[in-house]
Amino acid sequence: MSARPLQPQTDRDAAPAEAVAPLPPVAGAAPVAGPTRRPRGRSWIGVARPLAPRRRLALTLLSFLIPLGLWAAVSYLPFLWHPLVEVTDPGDVAWMEPGMRVPRAAFAEEVTAAGSAGTAAPVGRSANPVYLPAPHEVATAFWTALTAPPPQRDAIWLPASLWHSIQIIFWGFTLSSLVGVPLGILCGAQPTIARLTEPVIEFVRYLPAPAFGALMVAILGIYDGPKIAIIVIGTFFQQVLVIANTTRRVDPLLVEAALTMGSRNLRLIRRVIVPAVLPQIYRDQRILLGWAWTYLIVAELIGTSSGITFFITQQARYQHFDNVYAAILVIGLVGIATDIALALIGRRLFPYARAEA
Amino acid sequence: MRDGMSGAPIPLPAGTCDYRTQCEPVRARFDRLKARDVALRVEGLGKVFRNAEGAETVALRGIDLVTHRREFLCVVGPSGCGKSTFVRILAGLETKSSGTVSVGGVPVSGPGADRGMVFQGYTLFPWLTVKRNVAFGLEENGESRHVAEREAAQWLALIGLERFADAYPHQLSGGMKQRVAIARALAMRPRILLMDEPFSALDAQSRARMQAYLIEIWRKIDITIVFITHDLDEAVYLADRILVLKAHPGEVEELIEVPVPRPRHPGQMQTPEFHATRARLDALIHPGEAEADGPTDLGGLAMVTRMASVGDEVE
Repeated sequence: MSARPLQPQTDRDAAPAEAVAPLPPVAGAAPVAGPTRRPRGRSWIGVARPLAPRRRLALTLLSFLIPLGLWAAVSYLPFLWHPLVEVTDPGDVAWMEPGMRVPRAAFAEEVTAAGSAGTAAPVGRSANPVYLPAPHEVATAFWTALTAPPPQRDAIWLPASLWHSIQIIFWGFTLSSLVGVPLGILCGAQPTIARLTEPVIEFVRYLPAPAFGALMVAILGIYDGPKIAIIVIGTFFQQVLVIANTTRRVDPLLVEAALTMGSRNLRLIRRVIVPAVLPQIYRDQRILLGWAWTYLIVAELIGTSSGITFFITQQARYQHFDNVYAAILVIGLVGIATDIALALIGRRLFPYARAEA
Repeated sequence: MRDGMSGAPIPLPAGTCDYRTQCEPVRARFDRLKARDVALRVEGLGKVFRNAEGAETVALRGIDLVTHRREFLCVVGPSGCGKSTFVRILAGLETKSSGTVSVGGVPVSGPGADRGMVFQGYTLFPWLTVKRNVAFGLEENGESRHVAEREAAQWLALIGLERFADAYPHQLSGGMKQRVAIARALAMRPRILLMDEPFSALDAQSRARMQAYLIEIWRKIDITIVFITHDLDEAVYLADRILVLKAHPGEVEELIEVPVPRPRHPGQMQTPEFHATRARLDALIHPGEAEADGPTDLGGLAMVTRMASVGDEVE
C-alpha cells in the first residue's frame, strides 16, 4: 500500500513505455488504467488512531479557546452584535436612567428628538443584552463569588450552595448505585431475571423524573429528601439498563472457562463476571454520574429551592447574570474535575484495561 | 478419492505403506493402552440445533467412542462437522440431544472439575496474575487461597513459567498464555483435558514448540487428552488415535490408530507411516471441503480471465 504514494513516478513512467511498444491484444485484457488514474489524497476518515501527545494537548486547548474566543469577540467587538445602547447620561430624556439598556433605534430616536428640541441629548455606549456579560465580568464574578462572602447578609455563598448540591448528587447517586448496579449485573448475567425486570424498567425510564416532584414532596417533605429522590429516579432506571447491557457483553469464553473449573451462580458472578466487566462498569458509572448532574437543577427546584440552583435563580432575579454564568461554570468545572479524577483512579484500579479507561 | 491409497499416491519410495500396518512396538503399545481403564465413554451421542424458525440442523449423530486412561485422542474433520460441538458437549458447556457421555463411569451433566478445558481463544482472566489464574480452579473447588497458590506455583514450575507468576496475562505471548491455560486446567486434577484447537491462533514456530510441550506434559501427568484440531499434521504428530468426523451430519467417519511410534519427534514427519496416515486423513477430509470452497484443481482456475499483458508473466 505504501509503495504507491512513495513512488508515483514509476507508474507514470511505465505507462508511456507500454504505449510506445503496443503488445499483442489479449482477449478480455483491459488496458492498464495507469494514465487516467489520478493520485488520490489521503482519506480523512479511516481507522481512528490516537493522536500524538502534543497535538492532543493543543487540540484540547483549542476546543476550549475557540468558544471562548467567539464569546470574547461578541463581547469586545462592538460592530459584531451589540444591539443595545447602555445609557451613561440620560440628558433631558425623562424615562432614561444611567445604566439602562435601550434598543439602538429607540436611543437614536431620542437623540434626534433632543437635537430638534434643543434639549440635552442622552449619551451612551453600545452594549450587549444584560444576559450576555463579557468574559472578564464573569471571571471577576467567579472569583468574587468563590472568595468573598456575599454582600447581603441573607444571601447564600456560592461555595456553600455548591457543597449542598454536591451532597445531594452524592447521596442520590450512591443510593441509586447501591441497588442499580447489583440489579443491572444480575439482569446482565441471567436472562430470566432480565426479562422479568427490564421491560417495566424500560417503561418507567420514559417517565420524566421531574414529573415525580410533587409526589416526592408529598412523601418525603420539602427539604433534601425529594431532591435526592429525583436524582435517584432520574439515574436508577437508566443505570440498571446500561449496567445490564455492559454485563451482557462479558466475554463468554471467560465465563465458560470458569464453568469448566467449577464456578457456579453467585460465585461465578462475583469472581468472574463482575471482575471481567468492572472496567466498563466503572466507565458507565462515570457517564451516569454526568447524567445525575443534569437532574440536579430540576431536583433542587422542588420543595424549598436550594443549593446551586437557588443561587442561580436568585442571581438571575437580580439580573446578576455574571454570577449566573459563574455558577454554571462552577458546575461544569466540578463535573469535569470529578470525571478526570475518576478516570485517573480508574487507570490505577484497572491496569490491565488501559484501553478501556 | 474415497480410497485414499489409490487416489493420492504418496511421492515416496515407501508409497506402498498402509496406515493400518503397525510395527511391533506400536501394536504392543495399543494393546497396553486398550487394557487400561476407560476414561471416557460416549454412546450414541447426538446433537440437534433448532434455530428461531424451528428448523432443525443435525450437528452430531450416533457418535460412539471409548477412550482409555492416558490416551491422546485427536478429533479432526471438515469444517462444519461439529467437532467443536462435540468437545463442548464433553465439557458440559452444551447440552446433548441424545446418547450418553460418561467420564470415569460417571455420567456427564454440565461442566465439572473432572474435565479441564483449554479453549481456542485466550481465556486467562486478565484481572488476575498468572499464579492466581492457575490457582483459580483450586480455589473454586474449596482450597484455601494459600494452599491454592502454593500448588499453582508448582504447576507454573512444571510448565517453566515460574518467573512470570506475578505477571498479568496481557504481558505474556500467545504461546505462554496457552501454556498457563493448560496449567490452569490441569491444576484441578481433571481426568480428561479437553482442548479445542488450542494452538490455532499461534504462529507456526510457537505451535511446534507448544506441541512438544504438550506431549512432554502429557507424558509426565496421568491425564487423558481429547484434542480438537484442523491441522492434520498436528493430529498425526500428537495423537494415539484420531477420530475423523464427517460433516452434515457429524458422524464418525473412521477411528484411526496412528502407526507412528512413540516417543514422537518432528523428524518423524518424513516417515512412511506418517505420510500414509496423513494421506488417509487428506482423502477422508478434503473431498468435502473441495465442494464447499470451489475448485482446487488447476483446470478449474483457467476460468479466471487474463488481465495482464502477454510477456509480463510472473511464473
